[in-house]
Amino acid sequence: MLIYMIKRLGMAILVALTVSILSFLMIYLSGDPAIALAGEGSSQEDIENVRQVYGFNRPIIVQYGDWLFQALQGNLGHSNYLKSDVASVVFERLPITMLLGACALGFALILSIPLGVVAAIRPNSLVDRIALTIAVVGQAMPSFWFALTMILWFSINWRLLPITGTDSWLNFIMPSIALGYYVTPAVMRLTRAGMLEVLSSDYIRTARAKGLRPMTVLFKHALRNAIIPVVSLAAVQFGFMLGGSIVIETIFAINGLGFLAWESIQRADLPMMQAIVLVLSIFYICLTFFADMLNAFLNPLIRVS
Amino acid sequence: MADTIKTSDTSVESIEPTPGSLLRKRTFGHAGFMIGATVLGIIFFMAIFAPLISPGDPYDQVLSRKLIPPIWHESAKATWQHPLGTDLLGRDYMTRLFYGARISLLIGFTAMLISGIIGTTLGVLAGYFGGRVDMVVSFIITTRLSMPVVLVALAVVSLVGSSLTMVIWILGLLIWDRFAVVMRSATQQVRNLDFVTSAQALGCSTPRILFAEILPNITNSLIVIATIEMAHAILLEATLSFLGLGVQPPEPSWGLMISEAKGMIFFDAWLITIPGIGLFALVLAINLLGDGIRDVTAPENRN
Repeated sequence: MLIYMIKRLGMAILVALTVSILSFLMIYLSGDPAIALAGEGSSQEDIENVRQVYGFNRPIIVQYGDWLFQALQGNLGHSNYLKSDVASVVFERLPITMLLGACALGFALILSIPLGVVAAIRPNSLVDRIALTIAVVGQAMPSFWFALTMILWFSINWRLLPITGTDSWLNFIMPSIALGYYVTPAVMRLTRAGMLEVLSSDYIRTARAKGLRPMTVLFKHALRNAIIPVVSLAAVQFGFMLGGSIVIETIFAINGLGFLAWESIQRADLPMMQAIVLVLSIFYICLTFFADMLNAFLNPLIRVS
Repeated sequence: MADTIKTSDTSVESIEPTPGSLLRKRTFGHAGFMIGATVLGIIFFMAIFAPLISPGDPYDQVLSRKLIPPIWHESAKATWQHPLGTDLLGRDYMTRLFYGARISLLIGFTAMLISGIIGTTLGVLAGYFGGRVDMVVSFIITTRLSMPVVLVALAVVSLVGSSLTMVIWILGLLIWDRFAVVMRSATQQVRNLDFVTSAQALGCSTPRILFAEILPNITNSLIVIATIEMAHAILLEATLSFLGLGVQPPEPSWGLMISEAKGMIFFDAWLITIPGIGLFALVLAINLLGDGIRDVTAPENRN
């Protein structure tokens, strides 16, 4: 277990370093970051000034080293648009995105796990087919269109839910559904497949033969084992959702990290963009690392090989 | 007439059903496949013959006829001249829908092609050689997966400037991960089979083994992933265009059309609904087709 953990940790650190290099180099995609920061049509003097202040005149390795060193100390740079420290803005916006992601994941799991279980109990039944249809239809809907359609019905036509803001829990209903429904097909399929496999295993037959109540067999014996892969899938999907929140937060005007990312892209706030890509990637790396650890802990086959 | 064909068919099959006839039977008996193929066919038709079948010009702005509702609206303004109405700038919406299909299909297909070439190369090499090559490829895949696609695509587009070609390249360079993952495991399954070993024993060169022995045997899963990624690319393009950083006006991208109409959601919601249904139908059709191909070519993997 320890060797596996160290190996996996080494991989995670290496990936994190690579991601940091990529997000550092990202600002060079525009050609000269000094020109991009100074803004279009600025004078040569201004550009030169920006270059001096941001240190773009140093060798790129030195710049990266300095940036990484600062980042490790929690200093992600300075946003000259917001006239503020990047890290404090990012971490101020992060909790609301996390909350949105958690609500979305909660919605997805509450919908997909029961559906997956029922579908597995009666394969090829009507419920199974309905679940499959939901999965296929759900995967084909663009999330931004789904979000707008929900606004159209629930807010404009029926006046049930508020459109924008984060004032009450009612504000989170539509964004959570819009962000979470995309995950449901994958979770549902995995739950169904896991349950089908477990339900045909010997220990379930034994449990049934002992005369245990069907519900006990289903939840205590079967679901517990079938749910293990769902846990790591959920972790991975949570990471994807944080990345996808940029669309949903923009539509519902939720002041989270995604909205901040979109605003920063609009105003070419390079340090902010860099920091958000880095923070979300690192978060994803940590998430997958812990999911793998949990998986290894629950499944001895992984940690031995 | 139909009866005689049917009986002759079964009599042939009762002697010896050919693999071809079984495949045909499975294909035409698969509801999802047929629905997907039909819808996709219609959208292809719309895209290819857009100049011939559309009622107007996609860029022609006539402000005097702006925001005409589609014909099913009980409005005096609705006219058969513009069956799906017109947008804020008075452009015929049906025409823009037809031309938008071209953009979605073009971007979806080419981005899928680029990502397919990258992902398949990485996946096959990792699966075939294993060891260090596999480690490096797995590392590249993990790195790619840890960067959020939409965010990175948006940031890169904003930095390098957005154009149709740019969007295609950026999407192609970002969404190869599934190709790599699936092709890697498919190759691992094929690599140790007898026909590969005998090709190696015969002294075939590695490129020959990869192209003539491995690749043909993983084509099934390759096609399935290709459909998934084409749908993925279409959705991503629509998302980028919706956020204003994909296809630029006045091009009629479906995502951009929804974006342009989002301010009119209170009164003219059909402007959002129509291109949305287009996107939904296209992605659904491609997914159904992909699922169908998977079921039809490998019936044993159906569940």
